[in-house]
Amino acid sequence: MIKVNHSLCTLCEICVGVCPFSALMREDDKIVVLDTCRLCKICLKHCPENALSLEVTASRSEHNLADYSGVLVVAECSGDSVHPVTYELIGKGRELADKAGEKLSCVVIGHDIADICDQLLEYGVDRCYAVDYPELAQMRVEPYTNALEEVSLKIKPSIVLLAATPTGRTLAPRLATRLRTGLTADCTTLEVRNGSELVQIRPAFGGNIMAQIVTPKHRPQLATMRYKVMEPAVKERKPDARVETLQLLANQLESKAQVVKSRRKPPEESISDAEIIVAAGRGVRSEQSLAMVAELAALLGGQLGVTRPLVENGWADYTRQIGLSGRTVRPKLLITCGISGAVQFTASITGAETVVAINSDENAPIFKNAHYGLVGDLNEIVPALIDGLREV
Amino acid sequence: MHIVVCIKQVPETRDVAVDEETGVLLRDGVKSIMNPFDLYALEAALRLKEERGGSVSVISMGPPQAEAVIREAYMMGADRGYLLTDRAFAGADTLATAFTLAQGIDKIGEADLIVCGLQTTDGDTAQVGPGIAEMLRIPHESNVIAITGVTDSGLRLERDSGDSLDTVDVAFPCLITVTKAIGEPRLLSFRRKLETADYPVVYWSLGDLGENEDSLYGLKGSPTQVERIFSPPTQSDQEMWRGSGSELAQRLLSKLSDLRFVGGMRHD
Ligand SMILES: Cc1cc2nc3c(=O)[nH]c(=O)nc-3n(C[C@H](O)[C@H](O)[C@H](O)COP(=O)(O)OP(=O)(O)OC[C@H]3O[C@@H](n4cnc5c(N)ncnc54)[C@H](O)[C@@H]3O)c2cc1C
Ligand SMILES: Nc1ncnc2c1ncn2[C@@H]1O[C@H](COP(=O)(O)O)[C@@H](O)[C@H]1O
Repeated sequence: MIKVNHSLCTLCEICVGVCPFSALMREDDKIVVLDTCRLCKICLKHCPENALSLEVTASRSEHNLADYSGVLVVAECSGDSVHPVTYELIGKGRELADKAGEKLSCVVIGHDIADICDQLLEYGVDRCYAVDYPELAQMRVEPYTNALEEVSLKIKPSIVLLAATPTGRTLAPRLATRLRTGLTADCTTLEVRNGSELVQIRPAFGGNIMAQIVTPKHRPQLATMRYKVMEPAVKERKPDARVETLQLLANQLESKAQVVKSRRKPPEESISDAEIIVAAGRGVRSEQSLAMVAELAALLGGQLGVTRPLVENGWADYTRQIGLSGRTVRPKLLITCGISGAVQFTASITGAETVVAINSDENAPIFKNAHYGLVGDLNEIVPALIDGLREV
Repeated sequence: MHIVVCIKQVPETRDVAVDEETGVLLRDGVKSIMNPFDLYALEAALRLKEERGGSVSVISMGPPQAEAVIREAYMMGADRGYLLTDRAFAGADTLATAFTLAQGIDKIGEADLIVCGLQTTDGDTAQVGPGIAEMLRIPHESNVIAITGVTDSGLRLERDSGDSLDTVDVAFPCLITVTKAIGEPRLLSFRRKLETADYPVVYWSLGDLGENEDSLYGLKGSPTQVERIFSPPTQSDQEMWRGSGSELAQRLLSKLSDLRFVGGMRHD
């Protein structure tokens, strides 16, 4: 809230004149702040007496749930490309909106985004809101939050979904705080009940426990959703689907941050951060077989990992060694080929989400750490996998 | 320059179990430490202080035993410590936490820069930092991997945006959340331990903050509610497959496509 110190105020009314939202008014011998205030702080800068200040406030009241309806998806794009997580958000958003019998909207923020908006209309959204300004070409937190606030105030959605990517995770809490509502991070399951009450499930403590979270009295209900956990939207254009343009005021486009330079990241080289790893052990008896495992890794878009004996043989670089004297890994998918599962190895793969083990010895300890244990010869299984992957 | 660092006490291990019947976290006997990312946040602040002068304050919200992380921060080089502690603050979600910390930071006053860890090991949300910045209406940058320049008016930093690395100039006052790439935290110094043994820690409770209404804080001030917690479905879905090489390969390929590791376009 903007607070007026009435003992300093001389009623010059400069603030009333500069407020872009007409949120300041003179009422008898007092300046009052109206609900339309967006806390842009312009008035603070103009007040000659320093009589205005910003007060840190919590939400005072619960929201009137009946005022809110529909699902809003925040598209994630950089330049002219749409992050594929957007289609998953839309897919989930469509499902939730249908169950609640409500509308699905999406918002695209950026510059020259007409093509992106048209493209998204093909995926079952009822409305696409476009906020298109040169100042929004790059992600800057303040104007992006202002844009999200405007859409939220305009359409009053019951549910807002954002991606749990670095960008989504930086904007979502900003928006949730501005609207003084709840936000659940990194959801892996989302359902609705009793109309549009959102039931959110997310991992905490590094995945050791799961929590089921609701936002009973505040709207909108905000959630960020992990990439690759939900089905992407199917192609279907709604009969009255269309794009609507949203205007921002000049001061809503301002930012105290400037992006000086932006470089695309080179493809990930280190196995520590790899999302998919195919790891080879001593069961891989020749360098040719190792090349085969490496090919499997490449076809899956992942990295090759190895156990210590292979490094000692000089077959692989030390940077690829997984284990106590190598690297700790936490990929979404780990496939081990010919690895027995010595504790020095398994101690460093506990963060892996899905583990597939291929080993010819059904008593190999690695199977205790695997979700899917394939008992068989890697020299038969791996080539068949490679053939299968080349077809898709 | 005055820097405020937000630090939180968390359980030492993430290996916590859930009592299946009551749905309560079993934390007994688990030791507490400073949230690992917050050590990096403090390190970043101390390096800025060494370069530019000024002082570093740390603030934490938590039970009285959280004083331990403030003492630890003193041993690393922090100058002043504040602990927001009150029954009414308990059970806060990220909105209520950000609100309470923002009020505390406002009360400390005159912060040019606020530094948070990227995320905690218990809550794991990365939401509190941006939430504080919004409460204070100042700019913020998350995922900061390096500070490459500092002037009287602001910072030049590198942020990791997932697909790209961005160089960003941001003006004071602002908030940043840092990753481990920012630089290894220093060890606790025994000399500092002796020197800081009698440093006071400022305790603030409900009555010291702007709003005296307990409904705005803690569980009552939290829009989100945890309905239940449970252990993730684990190795019960462990499967052993037998068959010929090509059968096993086929089965694995269809499983990988169900799990969406193949078929879809991968992006990040
Ligand atoms: C202090 C210390 C630190 C260590 N640090 C590390 C470390 O960082 N990383 C590391 O990896 N190790 C480390 N080790 C070594 C570790 O203990 C194991 O020796 C090593 O991991 C075993 O590697 P492996 O599984 O590839 O080989 P093995 O244990 O020999 O296992 C080979 C497996 O392949 C299977 N197999 C054979 N042929 C086939 C086939 N055709 N198809 C399918 N399966 C087949 C076999 O059934 C067997 O289970 C360390 C040891 C010590 C003491
Ligand atoms: N109770 C707290 N006290 C002080 N700082 C906190 C607290 N909770 C979160 N933070 C800060 O916010 C960051 C992100 O926390 P989280 O949103 O819980 O992942 C942490 O790394 C801390 O810097």
